[in-house]
Amino acid sequence: MSAPFPHSYFPHTEAQRAEMLAAIGVSSVEDLFADIPDAFRNPDIVLPPALTELELLREIGSLARRNAIPGDVPCFIGGGVYRHFIPSVVGAMTSRGEFLTSYTPYQPEVSQGTLQATYEYQSMVCEITGMEAANAGMYDGASSLAEAALMACRVTGRNVVVVHDTANPRHRAVVNTYLLPQGVEVVTTAPGGESITGDTACVLAQYPDYFGAIRDLAHLAETAHAAGALLVVSADPVALGMFRAPGDAGADIVTGETQPIGVEMSFGGPYVGYFACRMANIRQMPGRVVGRTVDHAGRIGYALTLQTREQHIRRERATSNICTSEALIATGAAVCLAALGPGGLRQMAELSYQKAHYAASEIAALDAYVVVDDLPFFNEFVVRCPRPAPDINTALGQRGIIGGLDVGDAYENGLLLSVTEMHTRAEIDVLVAALHDAAAEGAR
Amino acid sequence: MTTVGAFAQHVHQTLWDLAQPGRAGIRLPESDVPPQPMPEAALLRPTLRLPEVSELDVVRHYTRLAQKNFSVDTNFYPLGSCTMKYNPKVNDMVASQPGFSGIHPLQPEETVQGALELMHRLQLVLQAITGMHAGSLAPLAGAHGELAGVLMIKAYHRDRGESHRKVMLIPDSAHGTNPASAAMGGFEVVTLPSDDLGRVDLEAVKAAVNDRLAGLMITIPNTLGLFNPNIARVCELVHGAGGLVYGDGANMNALLGRARPHDLGFDVVHLNLHKTTSTPHGGGGPGAGPVCVGDALAPYLPSPVVEMVEEPSGPRYRFVTPPMSIGAMSAGHGNFGVLVRAYTYLRALGAEGLRQASGDAVLNANYLRRKLEHVYRVAVDRTCMHEVVFTCRPQREKGVKALDISKRMIDYGVHPPTMYFPLIVDEALMVEPTETESKETLDAFIGVMETIAREIDETPALLIEAPHVTPVGRLDEARAARQPDLRWQAP
Repeated sequence: MSAPFPHSYFPHTEAQRAEMLAAIGVSSVEDLFADIPDAFRNPDIVLPPALTELELLREIGSLARRNAIPGDVPCFIGGGVYRHFIPSVVGAMTSRGEFLTSYTPYQPEVSQGTLQATYEYQSMVCEITGMEAANAGMYDGASSLAEAALMACRVTGRNVVVVHDTANPRHRAVVNTYLLPQGVEVVTTAPGGESITGDTACVLAQYPDYFGAIRDLAHLAETAHAAGALLVVSADPVALGMFRAPGDAGADIVTGETQPIGVEMSFGGPYVGYFACRMANIRQMPGRVVGRTVDHAGRIGYALTLQTREQHIRRERATSNICTSEALIATGAAVCLAALGPGGLRQMAELSYQKAHYAASEIAALDAYVVVDDLPFFNEFVVRCPRPAPDINTALGQRGIIGGLDVGDAYENGLLLSVTEMHTRAEIDVLVAALHDAAAEGAR
Repeated sequence: MTTVGAFAQHVHQTLWDLAQPGRAGIRLPESDVPPQPMPEAALLRPTLRLPEVSELDVVRHYTRLAQKNFSVDTNFYPLGSCTMKYNPKVNDMVASQPGFSGIHPLQPEETVQGALELMHRLQLVLQAITGMHAGSLAPLAGAHGELAGVLMIKAYHRDRGESHRKVMLIPDSAHGTNPASAAMGGFEVVTLPSDDLGRVDLEAVKAAVNDRLAGLMITIPNTLGLFNPNIARVCELVHGAGGLVYGDGANMNALLGRARPHDLGFDVVHLNLHKTTSTPHGGGGPGAGPVCVGDALAPYLPSPVVEMVEEPSGPRYRFVTPPMSIGAMSAGHGNFGVLVRAYTYLRALGAEGLRQASGDAVLNANYLRRKLEHVYRVAVDRTCMHEVVFTCRPQREKGVKALDISKRMIDYGVHPPTMYFPLIVDEALMVEPTETESKETLDAFIGVMETIAREIDETPALLIEAPHVTPVGRLDEARAARQPDLRWQAP
């Protein structure tokens, strides 16, 4: 047998290992693995050599340095993930070991911190969305939307889901992954073109939609409800800092990507999907939920509740298979909202709105570009370019700018641009000038 | 009147209790662009009633909340099935490099080659550990990996014209996520009984396999912490009937460098990176649940998979969607921040270090088993792997439940083990010490458990009313469920 591998993660001395083996009554650690048949035991596994902490930071850090960082370079990509300001208190609180290195709060007496933070997160989600109840969070905005559709099927006993083609295509893909294997029919339609029947469980709408547009939800809610269907809305929580809450417009389930509030973009995750609904339907909700109650002495305390919906109790009849989710990210979002307060969230939304509209008006003034603005928009908008968006993005890239997303399949030569409070006027002006040059280049 | 300890009252306050109109915890800059016309008022929300608190309020509130948690950083946390090992700080340091934490998931691939290379390297390391031939890092947690796995199995049978294969076999000792995931994949769950040693019963498998069999979902080692020497035979039986075998990798910490699921006959396995590879649990996530597969399921992997292309200028990395992919599991590419931490851990240990981790994890569990067996009955009395399950049935006969013992452990500063699981063990306490705990900690824990054993005989009320030293005692969970109070509301 090979000699023990010394490492700061392993506290035992050789003398201690020997003492423990003696206590167990075996002569080597190898003996403890005797249940693994010889044919399968101790395979030859080749991995790169172990690195010390100093080497890890150097080696893996060199991979980090090979990525272009939005902010270091102007970047106007959104598409469901946005670079907003993250107050310093967020990282300071979520990096505390007691939040970071605890488990799911199944033992409430030693988890009141996580539990109360989650209860407050749920409360803030309810307030922002205009809903009555919220869970502790889902994996991300996309899976949250898929789970909302499944919940609507359970609530209505129906199995047709109508999805707007203006919803995020990556969210729609996940809806398909989740729903189709369960025999749910997914019908994709343009907003206003919905065919809602007695088989329709719900309509999935995005607010603002993938192209940035804000549509009135109240009429859609009425239409859905008239047919006995639910309205499920996926909303950008920062937009809800200024725009009317979906709950006030009659939505039955509101979900979304919480990432814009206090969560690093981190190449796509970890994020957290928020999930809110009406009290009448809470027993069909997926995921963990924290409730406030009292202990034997009447002291207020918090605990996971409504657990009979969940997989560890209900197994194959659970409302979802979700177990470990994104608790720490939800706590970070709550810290961010606590710091922002109502004024801060509104200001963040309005700054994004103002700067996006400034960018749109400057781009609209360029001869070769047309801004799609037939509907009000928030912080993202489509520009019809003189050439296909990938060509324009390449030209922007040559000028050190990461442009926008190609939405050519929905709008001819469509480029989707996102602007938040993080963009300075100078960055926007650089983008506008580069777009102007890119058009001129194509003309040559 | 101010009383001694009055400031401690703050611990019960919510953010709303601290709020005063006009306060803010952060200030944002004024707009630097010319004013733009605002949308019509009907589109705007009239009110937003979030708490208004100062920056110090935020810090003190959350710091005080944090102090009410037990955590790996502060307490021994022998929570079985969850592998609460030390979460190295360097993992967080690496993941917080702006080149990782600050990049957008939809950036052009040529601007994120470092991130893609890391993902590609991690795929290879996970394949080496599991013996599998391909993998996807897309699933965001263990149960998400399970869902990916059952959807792949479903698609596999569909493409072979065998959609009638609807039955998923699942042992009675399985995690609840297994049957729940199978159900989400549209499968019928058939429960397999365990034998006297808590292992899946070979005869029961023989009796259950037929032409409706889609597959078997099984945890290795099982949830009793036992490695089933017949596992390869079980896999053969399932394969012989045309089914596939899903491995729940929650207990992979026992097998690092010791055995590879693919060698044993598994077709797909998920790994809980937040368990086996030391990324922090965060009070219930984030996790990551990559799936690794053999050849049969490789075409069905969830998207994306990272591929390396050799080019004259050097290797280039790109996302690809496997030909028969079950599709996307999330809008992103996986929980990248968790993946960075996991890769950092795996590079910190290398192959030898991983073997040491599984060796010490199993050593520690067996040490606790032998040292505690005179006071707590071991559910299955034989060498265990990384965790040991006790049954508190004898204590129950004295009027003390596993729950009471768990709550009393809190008074001694120990996080309770997993209770009442696996379901096939009465009054179960599932103890997983992990390799990062010292002998001194284990000996202290043994002392606590011996003390509690004495208390059961001498002062049982101490247990039944425990815990005594926490901010709250046992909570009225029935009330919480009957009269759900799920959000703060203005009084």
